[in-house]
Amino acid sequence: MGANSLHTPPPPQESAISRAPIERQSRRVRLNRARRYLWNHVVTGLAILSTIVVIAPLVAILVYLIYKGTSSLNLAFFTKIPAPVGEPGGGMSNAIVGSSIVLALASVLGIPVGIAAGVYLGEFGRGKLLAGAVRFTADVLNGVPSIVMGIAAYALIVVEQKHFSAFSGGVALAIMMVPTITRTTEEMLATVPHAIREAAYGLGVPKWRTVLSVTLKTASPGIITGCMLAFARVAGETAPLLFTAFGNQFWSFKLNEPIAALPLQIYIYALSPYDEWHRLAWGGSLVLIVLIMASVTLVRIYANRGVLKGAS
Amino acid sequence: MSRSTGKGADRVFSAVMLACALSIFGIVLFILYILILRSKLSISQFGFKFFTRSAWDPVSGDFGAFPFIYGTLATSFLALLMAVPLALGVAVFLTELCPEKLRAPISFVTELLAAIPSVVYGLWAVFVLVPIMRDQLGPFLAKYFGWTGLFGGFNFGVGLLTASIILAIMILPIISSITRDIMLAVPISQREGVLALGATRWEMIRMGVLRNARIGIVGAIILGLGRALGETMAVTMVIGNHPEIPKSLFAPGYTLASVIANEFSEATGDLYLSSLIEIGLALFLVTIVVNAVARALVWAVTRGAPARAH
Amino acid sequence: MGVGIDVENLNAWYGSTHTLQDISLNIPANHATALIGPSGCGKSTFVRCLNRMHETNPIARATGVVKMGDVDIYEDANPVEIRRRVGMVFQRPNPFPTMSIYDNVASGLKLNGFRNRAVLDETVERSLKAAALWDEVKDDLKKKSGASLSGGQQQRMCIARALAVDPEVLLMDEPASALDPVSTSKIEDLIFELKRQYTIVIVTHNMQQAARVAENTGFFLNGKMVEFDSTHKIFTNPKDKRTEDYITGRFG
Repeated sequence: MGANSLHTPPPPQESAISRAPIERQSRRVRLNRARRYLWNHVVTGLAILSTIVVIAPLVAILVYLIYKGTSSLNLAFFTKIPAPVGEPGGGMSNAIVGSSIVLALASVLGIPVGIAAGVYLGEFGRGKLLAGAVRFTADVLNGVPSIVMGIAAYALIVVEQKHFSAFSGGVALAIMMVPTITRTTEEMLATVPHAIREAAYGLGVPKWRTVLSVTLKTASPGIITGCMLAFARVAGETAPLLFTAFGNQFWSFKLNEPIAALPLQIYIYALSPYDEWHRLAWGGSLVLIVLIMASVTLVRIYANRGVLKGAS
Repeated sequence: MSRSTGKGADRVFSAVMLACALSIFGIVLFILYILILRSKLSISQFGFKFFTRSAWDPVSGDFGAFPFIYGTLATSFLALLMAVPLALGVAVFLTELCPEKLRAPISFVTELLAAIPSVVYGLWAVFVLVPIMRDQLGPFLAKYFGWTGLFGGFNFGVGLLTASIILAIMILPIISSITRDIMLAVPISQREGVLALGATRWEMIRMGVLRNARIGIVGAIILGLGRALGETMAVTMVIGNHPEIPKSLFAPGYTLASVIANEFSEATGDLYLSSLIEIGLALFLVTIVVNAVARALVWAVTRGAPARAH
Repeated sequence: MGVGIDVENLNAWYGSTHTLQDISLNIPANHATALIGPSGCGKSTFVRCLNRMHETNPIARATGVVKMGDVDIYEDANPVEIRRRVGMVFQRPNPFPTMSIYDNVASGLKLNGFRNRAVLDETVERSLKAAALWDEVKDDLKKKSGASLSGGQQQRMCIARALAVDPEVLLMDEPASALDPVSTSKIEDLIFELKRQYTIVIVTHNMQQAARVAENTGFFLNGKMVEFDSTHKIFTNPKDKRTEDYITGRFG
């Protein structure tokens, strides 16, 4: 087979770990190994246990919410406004409509600005210090408690107008949407292969046209998904609306008046002493959860994990 | 011809985009400005002592925010105490130990739960957690752990501990998922290097993954802290809203965000309002600093890979 | 001393891809055995079967018998113990960046429960000397991080780290392919010395390297082992035409 080595092997050296077969190794080494294997199993068990401790109650919460919510929902929920205090049979239609109005306003204000800022970060600012600062600030802004946005909108609009309004609520939510949409738009634009842009430039298309007609269009499913996520997130926000939109027991369609919003009503009803209102709160929660579940699921379908780590 | 039009339009376009990007700075600066402006009254009245004194009497116009700072810090740290070990356990499980088929459903559930609005958690806490605390968990803790002195006083179900528990449930997903991201960013070569020395699986995780990821994990924990500090609705609904420093875990307390949520729309008098806004300012500054530190740590480990827009 | 390895009918899969087909050979103790072949022929998979690293991939599978001395490493032993006894050096150096040079080399010992300062000091020094790195780093052992060394030094430190746990076999998967020529020749010199105490298996793309350091060479092609013989024979008078084609550069 192989050529024999001509060197004579040097005398065996003392080594810390024995080369003897496992049974003949020192008791200390064997005990140590047993300890290590035991510890391995203990930690594995702990990890599994903590996952169960976390997942099971969370799933229980979800199931409980769905159960309580479905038993509270009926047609009246979606068509009627709240009945006078204590009387059965009301609904949260005004809150649903109110939320829609405020969210629509927030979207109109927040989405274009957010997408534009994302376009800047993704298409014009790559590698520049300014872009990095904007990105960092957007991330930090996402961590600011939403109630602070409410205070800002209050100070800006409610104080001047001397009354609560749907408009101020919309502004507060728009402020929250901008940083979220900026980041998701940027990430989605980054997934557009550079070759597509280069093809457009090669054809003589100016940059602004390329961005609008080519890059944005290619990334649009993801960008829309990002907007949906931001939308779903602010749809559930209560704190910024507490002293801007303020809430309203009746129908309201004017931007200049206080308006009902779903999370706001849930909050008020939850803390009220009336069972009937509690029922409405559960129903409203289910509506919110369904909305959020839909958008999270859609995100999962649309974008895989590494691509869109969007706002959830 | 068309090229010069293209160039002009390009400049306008990029200017508009830039303006929108700068609006993010604008938002931050505006919030800062307006908060400082409207809290001037309170600042000039109480100075920095505002945050070290305990008082909250709207009638006589005496305001001191220390109980809220205490409540915020106490609930946040208690929540972290409960959430961090569990979050790390879940992250380790999902990244290293979980069978392939279970991974997607479990992480989907965690994502879903991170998305549930605060007020819905609050609703659940009011009707499920509070009765459990009042009727089962509370008496159990008082009976077996009363000797610690933490579980004295009346237990109505609402209070510091209940708020901390719901807070822990809410910050757990974010700590867990960012930790997961960080652990996944550790290269396989590190894991294999440790295994090739003859390490058990846990030793490989400890030496090859967690050790490399520890800076980022600290960042994830701080992000959870930032979230906890500012969490408003769910906490407000179960903390009891009593502006005094709680003497036991069962006692009601108050947090910075809760006092604003509860009292802002009813606040009469400029000083009252100004004090609340000053609290908002404090909340704003603290969460900005905490989040900035956390993001920097996480970025250092993942090298600027897209951050979660939480 | 080193120990010989007997491989009988080794088959390996990644998912449904049959990466290794019926490999049988004998790796003699205290010799260096080189494995050559074009990219993707299965030589890396083969060495990873020798220290049971192959199975760490969830879709990986292996059947057959691999014996180290008298021990069937799949049936008779625990993978943790096998991986200690069969050390591995990877293609790209993988120092542990959060640890100093000292801690890197001592990491395997610490895993095995050794805490005694004197023992650790002595083993670290001995291992670094065996890896021909001691003189270059002896003053900075605890000050410098493992990742702050040059590529060639990192690889030698990884060799020292593997040697510190006193393996009987050392597997080297293209250890010098990411390094400059000077570092490469240093590592080749190292292999000459290490042969005396350990059994070395080296995967290499570089046929000259195989000719320089190994007594025996195996040629892999498409998951099969085409020919296994003394290096001299393989390179001067191979039995199989495919071997001859590969060595003369007709493919791969």
